[in-house]
Amino acid sequence: MSVADDTTTRPADGGANAEQGATASTAPAANRNRDRVDLSAVKVVPTRHWFRWVFGAVVVFVVAQLIWTLFTNDKYDWGTFGQYFFSETVVNGLVLTLQLTVGATVIGFGLGILLAAGRLSKSWILSSASWAYIWFFRSVPLVVQLVVWYNLGYLFPQIGLGTPFTYDFWIVQVDTVTLISQMAAAFLGLGLHQAAYSAEIIRGGLLSVDSGQLEAAGALGLPRRVRFFRIVLPQAARSIIPNAANEVISLVKGASVVFVIALPELFYAVQVIYNRNSRVIPLLIVAVVWYTIVVTLLSIGQYYLERHYAKGSVRVLPPTPLQRARHWTRVQWARLGDGDPAAVPATTSTPDPTRSTDRRAR
Amino acid sequence: MSITLERPETTEKDATPIAVRPGRVEIHDVWKSYAGVPVLRGVSLDIEPGEVVAILGPSGSGKSTLLRTINHLETIDRGSVTVDGEFIGYARRGDRLHELRESEVLKRRTSVGVVFQNFNLFPHLTALENITAAPLALRRATKAEAREQAQALLERVGLGDKGARYPRQLSGGQQQRVAIARALALDPQVLLFDEPTSALDPELVGEVLSVIRDLADSGRTLVIVTHEIGFAREVADRVVFLDEGELLEQGPPSEVLVNPRHPRTQEFLAKVLA
Ligand SMILES: Nc1ncnc2c1ncn2[C@@H]1O[C@H](COP(=O)(O)OP(=O)(O)OP(=O)(O)O)[C@@H](O)[C@H]1O
Ligand SMILES: [Mg+2]
Repeated sequence: MSVADDTTTRPADGGANAEQGATASTAPAANRNRDRVDLSAVKVVPTRHWFRWVFGAVVVFVVAQLIWTLFTNDKYDWGTFGQYFFSETVVNGLVLTLQLTVGATVIGFGLGILLAAGRLSKSWILSSASWAYIWFFRSVPLVVQLVVWYNLGYLFPQIGLGTPFTYDFWIVQVDTVTLISQMAAAFLGLGLHQAAYSAEIIRGGLLSVDSGQLEAAGALGLPRRVRFFRIVLPQAARSIIPNAANEVISLVKGASVVFVIALPELFYAVQVIYNRNSRVIPLLIVAVVWYTIVVTLLSIGQYYLERHYAKGSVRVLPPTPLQRARHWTRVQWARLGDGDPAAVPATTSTPDPTRSTDRRAR
Repeated sequence: MSITLERPETTEKDATPIAVRPGRVEIHDVWKSYAGVPVLRGVSLDIEPGEVVAILGPSGSGKSTLLRTINHLETIDRGSVTVDGEFIGYARRGDRLHELRESEVLKRRTSVGVVFQNFNLFPHLTALENITAAPLALRRATKAEAREQAQALLERVGLGDKGARYPRQLSGGQQQRVAIARALALDPQVLLFDEPTSALDPELVGEVLSVIRDLADSGRTLVIVTHEIGFAREVADRVVFLDEGELLEQGPPSEVLVNPRHPRTQEFLAKVLA
């Protein structure tokens, strides 16, 4: 907070002082007046960075080479790629991958929030239980967990309610095999595993919120739930999101471990196909391109989510790439029409337009 | 000085907003230590409804701690603190004090507003949302009512046009004025200020003090920890001097600030006014 104060008062100050400095001393004023230029009136020559140009040229060359091989090397076998890209097996695999990702994210972060709150709780029972959960699920390899969940019927053929410390389930009883399907085992395994990691990420975010915030909320009589969900969590989100996005993205690809319980997600589907026709490279490219598309969409989502939670944390939000592009086109258009490019309003301006852009971003 | 009044346990106040009536704060023989180090040593202080009390004292003397005991942000080891005869943190049954559940404490706390040195505004909410947060969360008002009331409060602190701004888009003085408006949103009977201007640049202090001055005139009970001696002299009905956890001297500003009796007070004032 105190850092913010400094910045809040300085700009106005600095400007005023500079003005005063210029007018107050009379002797060198004339001298300075001659040197004073209006930046809008003259052409400003930006500094040339020759090193950047050389480096840029090298990068462009290497990338161009790679692209050239894509067209000339027929081992890539683009025909096969095209044939399988939208094939039913692949698309079903993709859908399954997305389902697993969404499911594990929801279970993982939902449970993760509870575990993080538990670890920070004053009750030692809650905090040690949360600690133990995290310790356990970070220790057990995910693959082992999946296999155990899938084969739970071997350990406990029936699950139910009944007399404690007996296997006499006289209230309800179900066969484990019917309760835990392949899909359920995958969701449980991925979700519970993810929860342990998410919990620590969320806890880190919660710790980063200034304790004065909780105190102020407490002094206002805000109930615990409101304090947590409306005051602390939104502020913690700023540091949680980058790490959380990492987790979700690794889930997309990491979901491929469910092959151990023979679930045909994207990667497994592709493997099944190339084991049959031995066209390994084009089919791997099919998987890679799909993963890239999904990760790209997630990254865009992350950008806007971060932006949403950044509101209030900086005085003025920088324009989004889209806004920047629109501004650039408008400037170019004005140039073409021989208009005055300076007349195009800047993208970043007063705080209020930022608010409206922010709303659009949501 | 410290007479503990016997009052019947007041029943839960209902949510209907009542015209502000100032509260009485009774602090009786309060002791508090952190890890064996005493911070408050038998402090007693009765604050009349509508009184404006300024607490002075050197750094580390326990001023903030004392202020925070009033709304139970800090627990005490011995003694009692009541607001209008009610313990904020406990319920009295017979001669026993039962620790209250958190939700109960929170409800009672709303009769005491706090303004912090570092403002502690919620940075992710606009000025207006900062003010409406508590009335909405506690179901004291509908959305429209809360917004209307918040706007009126903003106007009162001279920021009627800044409701849509986020705290970081406001100057320090403006932020502190929003914080005051936020504290007023629940119509507290007592307002506590912990060095409300010490995080501000000198030229911004005035605007905050003038808002507090208006509040003092409006008849609320105010307890102000401050280093602004001049301000204390002007608005306070009573000045209290605290040193090493002990209340050494108190009285009207014209006495304590002009002719302090205790040597520690004299020393402190000499240093601050130098
Ligand atoms: N949580 C804590 N743990 C241990 N000691 C503490 C704690 N909080 C405060 N203290 C100590 O208690 C004493 C009184 O602190 P307090 O904040 O009330 O002082 P103050 O009079 O408000 O000082 P200042 O004018 O600098 O704000 C200080 O010596 C401080 O170091
Ligand atoms: Mg203090």
